[in-house]
Amino acid sequence: MFWNAFIIALREIRRNLTRAFLTVIGVVIGVAAVVTLVTLGRGATESVKAQIEKVGSNLLTLRPGQGWGPSAAPLFSMDDVEVIRKQIPGIRAVAPMAMTSVQAISGEEARLTDIQGTTPDYFPIANWELSDGRFFDDTEVIDGSTVAVIGETIRKELFPNGDPIGRKIRLLNTAVTVIGVTVAKGQAGWGDDLDDNIIIPITTLQRRLNGQLSKQNLGQIMVSTEDDYPSEAVVADLNSLMRERRNLSRSEQNNFSAFDSRQIADAVSSSTKVMTSLLAAVAGVSLLVGGIGIMNIMLVSVTERTREIGIRMAIGARAREVMLQFLVEAVTLSCVGGLCGIALAYGLCVWLAKLVGAPFLFDPKINGIAFVFSAAIGILFGFMPARRAASLDPIDALRHE
Amino acid sequence: MSSLIELRDLTKTYGRGDAAFKALRGVDMDIGRGEFIAVMGPSGSGKSTLMNLLGCLDTPTSGSYRFDGIAVESLNKDQRSLLRRHALGFIFQGFNLLARTSALENVELPLLYRGYSRKQRHDLARKALASVGLPDKERNTPSELSGGQQQRVAIARAIVTNPGTLFADEPTGNLDTRTTGEVMDLLCRLNEDLGITVIMVTHEDEVARYAKRIIHVRDGLIGSDVANPRRNTPTH
Repeated sequence: MFWNAFIIALREIRRNLTRAFLTVIGVVIGVAAVVTLVTLGRGATESVKAQIEKVGSNLLTLRPGQGWGPSAAPLFSMDDVEVIRKQIPGIRAVAPMAMTSVQAISGEEARLTDIQGTTPDYFPIANWELSDGRFFDDTEVIDGSTVAVIGETIRKELFPNGDPIGRKIRLLNTAVTVIGVTVAKGQAGWGDDLDDNIIIPITTLQRRLNGQLSKQNLGQIMVSTEDDYPSEAVVADLNSLMRERRNLSRSEQNNFSAFDSRQIADAVSSSTKVMTSLLAAVAGVSLLVGGIGIMNIMLVSVTERTREIGIRMAIGARAREVMLQFLVEAVTLSCVGGLCGIALAYGLCVWLAKLVGAPFLFDPKINGIAFVFSAAIGILFGFMPARRAASLDPIDALRHE
Repeated sequence: MSSLIELRDLTKTYGRGDAAFKALRGVDMDIGRGEFIAVMGPSGSGKSTLMNLLGCLDTPTSGSYRFDGIAVESLNKDQRSLLRRHALGFIFQGFNLLARTSALENVELPLLYRGYSRKQRHDLARKALASVGLPDKERNTPSELSGGQQQRVAIARAIVTNPGTLFADEPTGNLDTRTTGEVMDLLCRLNEDLGITVIMVTHEDEVARYAKRIIHVRDGLIGSDVANPRRNTPTH
């Protein structure tokens, strides 16, 4: 009986494809909206996490003043770096960071870029890898050697053709020799080009570019924590250590701040998740409206097909068979609608993911849920029209014009 | 001849109280196997009500209806559906074929409800279409067929299950004189050759003349019930 109802329902759908299309369009759009939003939302969350990984995982950044902006608060010194390295538990590496922005010149080419002065510890902290050459070592930092590791953007701009290793770059009055090129990281989440930089030993920057040997001249200190050590504890330790070193009284606020990249990542991904759920809920409403669309068209079609129902009953269809036929029709339509919606969402996700530069992650779970949900909508909203069809009287139905 | 149909004091009342309308007021009738009956009568006489009752589409208010020994008045809706499915065939004035559906699929429809296999459905439907003289119209939809052809498809649909009894409600009402003759010849042949009992409602004397017995219904009662002496014989 079920198989028969299925054949009959399929024939009915085939008989009027326009009606079938109108019936399912709402479900198609609803399913496509839900699946697309959830998939893209997940992609965005993953992409934010990946961006933060690029800058450095388990990364704490110590900056002067409060917040991200420029500040008149005192900078850090190399002594701070040493004390942090010795006194704070749970840290893997500490690196100083002094930055300046100068014109980098090589032959005909020139580019205004960030010069980062640091120690070899910085490379693992910030997840830098080499595409060519080598990093500088501690000896070169002590010596203040004129060596540089350049980002991919600098390689492209200053050395468009030919091997940059061993070539010279002029920064103000100093010529540095390129010893390494880093693997491109691309853009940071906030739009900065992470590869537009030249990394040189901290001492070289202090002596030759800043032109002064002030001890208090580190714009940032970067700390990477052990994987299984809570970064909150490290932040707390950093805070109390720095307050003590700066002789801040109880009433004074911190004149430095510690940013935890993992916390930022968590905050961003949790807000993305909330956003995704909200949008998915809105899309879910559209799926519900799609279901009501099915009910509408099915109700109209029961009226329109009254005579057909009468014929079926006259030739011996029982009420339950007519009911099953309409129910199977509704469920078949909504399932087909669900599949079309999933296919549409797939296309949309691939396209939109490319457009916004987020990764496309196929999520079998949300696709499964959307499909089951659309089938359920078929049963739910197909039930009333089916019952109405089954309750028709064959004589009246046959007489219906 | 054993009776196929026995009506005893059958009544049908629509509505209640003052608005009640007695469509049938106590009908007694016996119909044997293999008869060809024309039911005639002016509109409002109760002939449609009688046909609906005979066709097991409706239940009487009182009285008894035996169809092949089965007490139809005590059957429920589903049981009457099954009786129609297995023993009765229907032809209507408006043909009542499914639109946008091929002749073959229209004829297959009753077999679907009988749960026949795809191949059985196909074979039986083709045979039925051939027997009504439309072996080459299998793929055509009703809108591609003439009125006479549509009614013949409808007849094929009615006989595809090999029912013992055929109910025809004004089968030629929508047809011109020539196709009326074709359809009536076909019904006569089914009656003569296959022994199918045909019960037909009509208001045209020309059409009633094909029947072996003519029953007139007047004011909810049988007015006259006579054998048809001047019977039109099939023209082929």
